[in-house]
Amino acid sequence: MATLTAPDRESFKLSMLLYDTRYRSMTIQVIAMIGFVSIVFWLISNTITNLNNLGKPVEFGFLFEPSSYDINQRLVEYNSRDSHLRASFVGVLNTLVVAFLGCITATIIGVFVGIARLSKNWFVSRIMTVYVEAFRNVPVLLWIVLAMAILIEGLPAPKAFRGENATASLNLFDSVALTNRGVYVPEPLFSNGIGDVALFGQSSLRFSVSLDLILIIAVLIASFYVSALIKKRANRIQDATGDRPTTWYLRLGVTVLPIAIVLWMLGFHLGYPELKGFNFKGGTHLRNSLIALWLALSLYTAAFIAEIVRGGILAISRGQTEAAASLGLRPNRIMNLVILPQALRVIIPPLISNYLNLTKNSSLAIAVGYMDVTGTLGGITLNQTGRELECILLLMLVYLTISLSISAVMNWYNNSVKLVER
Amino acid sequence: MNFSVSENMFQTNSFQSEAENQEEGKMKKSFVLGTLAVAGLAAGAAAAGTLDDVKARGTLNCGVSTGLVGFAAPDANGEWSGFDVGVCRAVAAAVLGDAQAVEFVPTTGKTRFTALASGEIDMLARNTTWTFSRDVDLKFEFVGVNYYDGQGFMAPADLGVSSAAGLDGATVCIQTGTTTELNLADFFRSNNMSYEPVPIETNAEAQQQYLAGACDVFTTDASGLAATRATFENPGDHVLMPEIISKEPLGPLVRHGDNNWGDIVRWTLNALITAEELGVTSGNLEEMSAGTNNPEINRLLGTEGTLGAMLGLDGDWAKRAIMVGGNYGELFEANIGEATPIGLARGLNAQWTDGGLIYSPPFR
Amino acid sequence: MSNQAFVRREIIEEQTPPLTAFGLVGWLRENLFSNWFNAILTFISLYFIWYVLSGVVPWIFLSVWNAGSLSECREIASATWGGTHGHACWAVINDRWIQLLFGFYPSHLYWRPILAFVLLLISLAPILFTGAPKKIFYLTAVYPFVLPWLMWGGSVWASVSALLGFVVGYAIIRYTSEILGQLAAVILSIIGAVVWWLYIGPLLLSQGLGAILPLALEPVISRYFGGFMLAILIGVVAIGCSLPIGIVLALGRQSDLLILKTISVWFIEFIRGVPLITLLFVASTLLNIFMPPGTNFDIILRVMIMVTLFASAYMAEVIRGGLAALPRGQFEGADSLGLNYWQAQRLIIMPQALKISIPGIVSTFIGVFKDTTLVSIIGLMDPLGLSQGIRANAEWNGIYWELFAFIAFLFFIVCFSMSRYSMYLERKLQTDHR
Repeated sequence: MATLTAPDRESFKLSMLLYDTRYRSMTIQVIAMIGFVSIVFWLISNTITNLNNLGKPVEFGFLFEPSSYDINQRLVEYNSRDSHLRASFVGVLNTLVVAFLGCITATIIGVFVGIARLSKNWFVSRIMTVYVEAFRNVPVLLWIVLAMAILIEGLPAPKAFRGENATASLNLFDSVALTNRGVYVPEPLFSNGIGDVALFGQSSLRFSVSLDLILIIAVLIASFYVSALIKKRANRIQDATGDRPTTWYLRLGVTVLPIAIVLWMLGFHLGYPELKGFNFKGGTHLRNSLIALWLALSLYTAAFIAEIVRGGILAISRGQTEAAASLGLRPNRIMNLVILPQALRVIIPPLISNYLNLTKNSSLAIAVGYMDVTGTLGGITLNQTGRELECILLLMLVYLTISLSISAVMNWYNNSVKLVER
Repeated sequence: MNFSVSENMFQTNSFQSEAENQEEGKMKKSFVLGTLAVAGLAAGAAAAGTLDDVKARGTLNCGVSTGLVGFAAPDANGEWSGFDVGVCRAVAAAVLGDAQAVEFVPTTGKTRFTALASGEIDMLARNTTWTFSRDVDLKFEFVGVNYYDGQGFMAPADLGVSSAAGLDGATVCIQTGTTTELNLADFFRSNNMSYEPVPIETNAEAQQQYLAGACDVFTTDASGLAATRATFENPGDHVLMPEIISKEPLGPLVRHGDNNWGDIVRWTLNALITAEELGVTSGNLEEMSAGTNNPEINRLLGTEGTLGAMLGLDGDWAKRAIMVGGNYGELFEANIGEATPIGLARGLNAQWTDGGLIYSPPFR
Repeated sequence: MSNQAFVRREIIEEQTPPLTAFGLVGWLRENLFSNWFNAILTFISLYFIWYVLSGVVPWIFLSVWNAGSLSECREIASATWGGTHGHACWAVINDRWIQLLFGFYPSHLYWRPILAFVLLLISLAPILFTGAPKKIFYLTAVYPFVLPWLMWGGSVWASVSALLGFVVGYAIIRYTSEILGQLAAVILSIIGAVVWWLYIGPLLLSQGLGAILPLALEPVISRYFGGFMLAILIGVVAIGCSLPIGIVLALGRQSDLLILKTISVWFIEFIRGVPLITLLFVASTLLNIFMPPGTNFDIILRVMIMVTLFASAYMAEVIRGGLAALPRGQFEGADSLGLNYWQAQRLIIMPQALKISIPGIVSTFIGVFKDTTLVSIIGLMDPLGLSQGIRANAEWNGIYWELFAFIAFLFFIVCFSMSRYSMYLERKLQTDHR
C-alpha cells in the first residue's frame, strides 16, 4: 500500500474474514472452536454408541452397592458391607496419608542431602552424589518394588519373636516391633477420654474425629501462642531498656504444664504391641506396603529436591556467604540466617511440582498392594463392577482435585513469600 | 563480534529446529498411519462374524494371563505353553488348521474383560471364573469349564493350623483382581473371624511375601496353590488346608452376540473332552480317523455326518484340534498333571465316568 | 626501644610447603580431616561404604553364571561356597538377557531394531552435537518414516506414501499462499494432506507401486515388542510426537486468542494433574470405547497415544519456559521486520526457544523413559513385565534380586548418560548467553 487510507467501513466482504487482521483472529478462533467441539462431540457420541452396544450405559448407581471386599489400612471405619463409595473414600484418605508423609520426609531428606552434597568432606559429598544419581536415574516403580522386597526379606517375620529361643526381639525398650509385616509402634491411649465426634451422619463420607486429639491440639496451640506473647514482650522490653528479662522458665512452663495437665486428666498412656496369636496386637501398625511406598517415594523425590536445594544455594552469590562470614557468623548460622532464606525463593516453585509428582507417583501403590484410591476405586471396584469409564473418570477427578489444591495452596504460599521478601 | 557469532549460531540452529520441527510433525502422523496400516485397525469386531475375521486375519487372538505356572507362561523364545494355552491352540487348529496361528495377548485381571469386549481378543482363556454377573452383566458367554477349581488356603506346616477355622486374626496374602478377595471377605465374615488382607498384584510377588513370612497363609485357587507349592525349595514344609471356600469353574469365554463363534469354541473344548471319554488320543488319532465301529468317534472325527459343516468348518476340525496336544486328559497330564512339577490330581476334573465333573454333551 | 628494626635483605628461597599442606596428606587434611566434626563424618562414611560394599561385592562377583534353573543355581552355589545366601544367580540374566532387551521380537529380525536404534543415534547427532555434518539432516527428516517401517515391517510404500502426504501439504502451502493468503493455504494444505492419506495414498499402495514393486519387510505385530526395546520405542515415539503437539500447546497457551488459550491451558493442566497410570488405564480399557464402533488397534499403539498426550503437556511447559526465557526484544525485533506471526515463529522465536529448551526436553525424555515401566501394570511386556513372566516360569520361579538389579542397571546407564549430556548442554548454553 503506497498511501495510507482509512479502511473502507461499509464494504465488509467475506474475504476479510481471512485477510483482515481484525477479523482473522476471530476466524481462527471460530474454526478452532468448531474443530474442538466437533472432536469432543465425536468422542462422546462414539462412547455412547459403544457403551450402548456393550449394554453398559453410564450410571453411577454401582457406587452405592456393597463393595464386598476388605481393606487392611483404613483410617475410618469400614467393612466389606459398606458401599464402593465408602471404599473409595478410604482409598482417598490412604492416598492423602502417604502423600503427606512422603512430602514431609522427602523435604527433610532432600534439604539435608542437598546441603551435604556441598559439604567440604570429600566422602560425604561423594556418597550424596551417588545417592542422588542412583535414585534419579532409576524408575520409581523399581524403587518401590525393591523397597518392598527389602522390607520383606530383610526384617524378621512375627514368628521369629515367638518362643524360648526367639531370634528377634522388640527394639527401643520393648516398645517397637520391626517385622516384615510392618512396624508396630506404641499407640497413645486415653483411659478417661472424652470420646469422638461423628461427622457427616450416615453418608459415605462419614468419619469421626477424636475429641481428645482436638483438645490436645487446641491446648498446644494456645500455649505456643502465649509463649510467643511472652517472647514478644521480652523483645519489647529489650528494645526499650536494653535488658532482656529472663523468660525461659516462664515459656517452658507455659508450654509444658498445660499439656501435661490435660494428658494426665485424659488418662494418657501408651499401648505397647504384644505378640498374640498370629500377629502383634496393640500399638499402631504401620504396614509394610505403607512403609515401602513412603520410603521409596520420599527417597526418590528427595533426590530431586536435593538437586533443587543445591541449585538454590549455589544461586546465592558467593559474596553473601563472604559478607556473612566477615560479620563473624559461624557456618551453620550463615546457612540458616543468610543463605537458606534467600535460596527458598528459588527453591519453592520447583519444590511444588515435586510435591505434585510425589502425590501422582503414589498411584503406583498397587505395585505393593497399598490400598490407595487407585487400588480401591481404580482397582478392585473397577475389576468387580466392570464400570471402567465411571471408575476412571472419578479416579482422575480425585487426582485432579488433589493436584489443583496442592498447587493452589503452594502458589498462595509462594506469593506470600515473594511479597515478604521484596 | 559477539553478536555476529551468536546470530550465526541462531541461523544454523534455525535450520536445525525447523527441520526437526517438520520432521517431528511428520513423525506423529506417519506413526499413526504406518502402524495402522501394518498392525491395526482391524475393523468389525462387535456384532457378528468373529469366525470370518479370524479366517481373514489368519491368526486367532487369544487372551491369556501374563504368566501362571502350568496354565500359561512364555519360555525363553517367547513360545507360550500351558493348559489354557492348549485350549487356544486347539481352537486355532480347528478353525485355521494351524496350531501356531495364535497370537497370545497377555492380559491382567483388569484388562482381560475390556480386551475381550472391545474385540482385541477373540477368546479369553485365562483362569476366569464363571459367575452370574460376568455372564449376564458384563455380557460374556462362558462356553464351558476346562478346570473345576475352588479357593483354598496354603500355610507353612510349622504354623500349626490344620483347618481354615483356626485362621482367626491371621494375615492372608491374596492376589487382587480376582474373585478371590470377595470370597475371602465373605468367608471370614460369615465365620465371624477377623483377618488382615495383604492384596498383591501378581502371583510371583505373593509367593515371595508368603515364603518370607509376611503373611501366615496364602489363598488363591487350589490349582494355583498346588502349582505354587510345587516350585518351592521344600514343598513338604507347606500344607494345603482341606477347606475349599468357593466354587471356581474356570473356562474359556467369548463375547455375547456371536453364537456361531461361541459354538466353535464350546465344541472344540467338548471335542477334547469327548476324545478322552472315547479313548481317542493323539497317538491313535490317525488310526481312528480311518473309521471305527463307534459311530460317535466317526462323527467326532468327521468320517461320518456333517458336524463340521454345521459349525462352518470342515469335517476334520476336531481331528486337528485333538492332534495339537492330544485330548483333554493328555493336555492335563502334560501341563499340570501328576507327572509335572505342579502335580495336580484329576480330582473333580476327572471324566464323569471316573467320578469327576468333566462331562461333554454328546456329538450327535 | 631499639632502632634496629628487622629488615630482611635477601629474599628467602622458595620452600616446599609443609608436608601437611600438599600432596596426599594435604588433600586428606583439607578434604577429610579439617576439623573433628569432619573427621567423624569421614569415619562414619568409611564405615558406611565398607558396610555396603562388603554386602554387595561378594554377592555380585561370587556368583553363578551358568545354570539352567534356580534350583540348579542353588545347588552350584552351595557346592562351591557352602551356602546359597549372599551369592547372586546371574544365570537367569545369562539365559534371558536377549528377551529382556528385545521381548518376543523374532530373533532372526533383531537386526531391524538394532539398525533403527543406530539410525536414531545418527539422525539425532546434528541436533545434539553442533560439530556433526549437516548432510545428516536428510536422514533426520526421513527417519520418522524409516522407524515404523523397520520396526513393524510391511511395505515400504506405506511409509513413502505417508511421507508424500507431507510433501503434498507443503507443496499446497508453497504454491497457494501467494494466491489465497496464508490462513487459507494452511487450511487447504491440511485438507489436501488428509485427502492424500485417506484416499490417494492407500489407492497408490494397493494398486500402484505396492503392486508393481513390492518392497516389503516381514511384518512384525507390535505384540511381539517387549523389553528395553519397547521402553525405548515408547519413549522415542512419545517424545518425537509430543514435540510438535507441545509447540502448538505452548503457543496456544501464550497466544492472545482466548478460546485457543483456554483449550490449551485446560488440556495441559488436566494432563499434568492426573497420574500417568490413570492415562494408561484409559489406554488399556477406555480408548477403544472412544473410537467409532468396530475400531480396534492394538494395546501398544494405544499406550503410545496416551504417553504422547502425557508427554506433550510436559513438553508444552518446557517450551513455554524456553519462550519465556527469550528476551522481549526478539519478539519486537521480529515484528519490526514486518514478519507475520508464523514467519516470526519459524525464523526467529522457535529456533531460539527450542535451543534453550533442549536440556528440558532431554529431562522430559528421561522422565518419560523411566515412566515406561508403568506399562507393566497394564500387562505389557516391558522389562518389569517380562521379569514377572520370567518368574512365572517353573525354572526361574522365586528369583527377583538379580532381575531387578539388571533392569535397574540398564535404566541407570541410559538415564545417567542422558542426564550428563543434558548437563553438558546446559553448561554450554550458559556460556553462550554470557
